[in-house]
Amino acid sequence: MSAVADRYKELQNLDVEVISISVDSVYVHKMWNDNELSKMVDGDIPFPMGSDQDGTIGKKYGIYDGDSGVETRGRFIIDPDGIVQGFEVLTPSVGRNVNETVRQIKAFQLVRESEGTEVTPSGWNPGKKTLKPNPDLVGNVWKQWSISEARDE
Amino acid sequence: MYKEFKAGCQRPTITKDEGIKEIEKDGDRNIKEEKINMIKVGQPAPDFTIPAFHNGKFVELNLSEFKGKWVLLCFYPGDFTFV
Repeated sequence: MSAVADRYKELQNLDVEVISISVDSVYVHKMWNDNELSKMVDGDIPFPMGSDQDGTIGKKYGIYDGDSGVETRGRFIIDPDGIVQGFEVLTPSVGRNVNETVRQIKAFQLVRESEGTEVTPSGWNPGKKTLKPNPDLVGNVWKQWSISEARDE
Repeated sequence: MYKEFKAGCQRPTITKDEGIKEIEKDGDRNIKEEKINMIKVGQPAPDFTIPAFHNGKFVELNLSEFKGKWVLLCFYPGDFTFV
């Protein structure tokens, strides 16, 4: 969670609010913030750390692991209308990549601003080519977009 | 957006609603099975109310109050879990 906190200002500039959730109590959240996370980031964790102690919310989102009694690493991007635009779920041992989360948010925002007239091809990053689907583009993507765009950073 | 609550021995009541369906499987032994479905992209995010630690305070928040903003919702296995 410290990696998300580290990018919080950037996320705020993108009009994103962060909510983290685990089955720990709010008291344990405070201890984790005060004794560990605050030593990794500049100040305290800036977003609310939610406590879903019996997994009620995790079950709604399909990421509660009842066998272990914990929530798996589920990350959901929700748009201003409250619609889930994307999610990623990982087992506990592998951490997420905040760069990819930020990239996806920027892509969803671009699509939303264009009211769906522009789409972002594989590997898109800000500044890279988008596509404007229309009947003439069918079968002609190869003329406008190269696979190398997906490969490059 | 954030409703503060006092620290005490009693924990905030857990808000449960229609989101989780408990199916009675066996009447006499009263075994309950919870049906868990993955949510779908392009569909509304399930609403929830949750107690949270935020800026040194204990607060309660509701997802629906965040409408009009983008929300990044991050579940993780537990505090102090290394990664």
